[in-house]
Amino acid sequence: MELRLSDIAVARGGVPVLSGVSFTLTAGAAMILRGPNGSGKTTLLRTIVGLQPPLAGKIEGAADTVAYAGHADGLKAMLSVAENLTFWAAVYGRRDIDAALEAYALAPLADRLAGTLSAGQKRRAGLARLMVTGRPIWVLDEPTVSLDVDAVKLFADAVRAHLRAGGMALLATHIDLGLTDAQVLDVTPLRAAPTALHGASDEAFL
Amino acid sequence: MIALLIRDLRLAFRAGGGFGLGLAFFLILVVLVPFSVGPQSALLSSIAPGVLWLGALLACLLSLDRLLALDFEDGTLDVLASAPLPLEAALAVKGFAHWITTGLPLVIAAPFLGVLLNLPPEGFGWLVISLMLGTPALSMIGCFGAALTVGIKRGGLLMSLLVLPLYVPTLIFGAEAARRGAIGMDVETPLFLLAGISLGSLALLPFAAAAALRMTIR
Repeated sequence: MELRLSDIAVARGGVPVLSGVSFTLTAGAAMILRGPNGSGKTTLLRTIVGLQPPLAGKIEGAADTVAYAGHADGLKAMLSVAENLTFWAAVYGRRDIDAALEAYALAPLADRLAGTLSAGQKRRAGLARLMVTGRPIWVLDEPTVSLDVDAVKLFADAVRAHLRAGGMALLATHIDLGLTDAQVLDVTPLRAAPTALHGASDEAFL
Repeated sequence: MIALLIRDLRLAFRAGGGFGLGLAFFLILVVLVPFSVGPQSALLSSIAPGVLWLGALLACLLSLDRLLALDFEDGTLDVLASAPLPLEAALAVKGFAHWITTGLPLVIAAPFLGVLLNLPPEGFGWLVISLMLGTPALSMIGCFGAALTVGIKRGGLLMSLLVLPLYVPTLIFGAEAARRGAIGMDVETPLFLLAGISLGSLALLPFAAAAALRMTIR
């Protein structure tokens, strides 16, 4: 079980942002993507998850194995935390949400409407969604935004537990999570020249 | 799939979910028509099937904005697109949930509002049957339109323009079936065509909508 990227190029809004991205992620390993704002981390993650096709290259091992947590949490304001998580668990064919509630200290908030939570609490609920999916590869885009120190620790513990259980994690983050043995990939040298590829437009209606 | 259906229905019935929006619009339109046309019962009864169908169509159109836009904003669509549930199935379910919360109430309310428009007694059954057969097509076509325009800010106008011409055949055959039924003519042909449009929409449009959505969420 591994995730393998070979010579991937990705574009955002028709402009190539990264090219020549190759790495392999094996079971139990984590990789942290680093790079300044706008360097294409989010675009690369969305490509790996399958939300957009790569311009070039091949992604292996990502089909039906990835769970994605992007900038938005995917929570419905008018449903309670437990209802939101139960829904996502059901989408992935699972039932149990107690472990996820416990890992992110959400049990006291389980019956609150997601719309009434604070930004950090919402984020915790959004991250707990990854645990209920049962997918081996977690793809996380800026997971620690609006989390306080304690919540970041909860998150880092959850990632470590996931890795120990043979999972994988791919994170784009600016802060140090204390994942000491994680590989770090700095995407800055991989940035594509804006004119690198012709015909790169992904605009469907232009 | 059932989980998605239950979630959509639950959201629709919670505060701010938009259930009743279409129904209220339908009610307002049908109540106001006799005032604007005047108290001529013969005229009203001859335009009743057309007005009821037009009201149902516009009420459906009114609620399409919310069909995918809310899920797009909070990131649900991104997660659904990477979930094991095929996007085609997810969109078919969302269209079905839209029909239950918008189309079905209109079908149930239509005969009561038909009384206000002096719809002839023999027309009630055919009105309900034609709406029952036609409104699923309205929901599925609307789902396709919503998928095409979901990423666009203020895409409601564009969606209305895209969807309206696609609604025309449904409106023509639906209103024709209801009109023929009301004056005691043979209704088979328009009803069969209407059923054909609905079945065709159900079979094909989830795929078209999923293809459109994959492009718009890039």
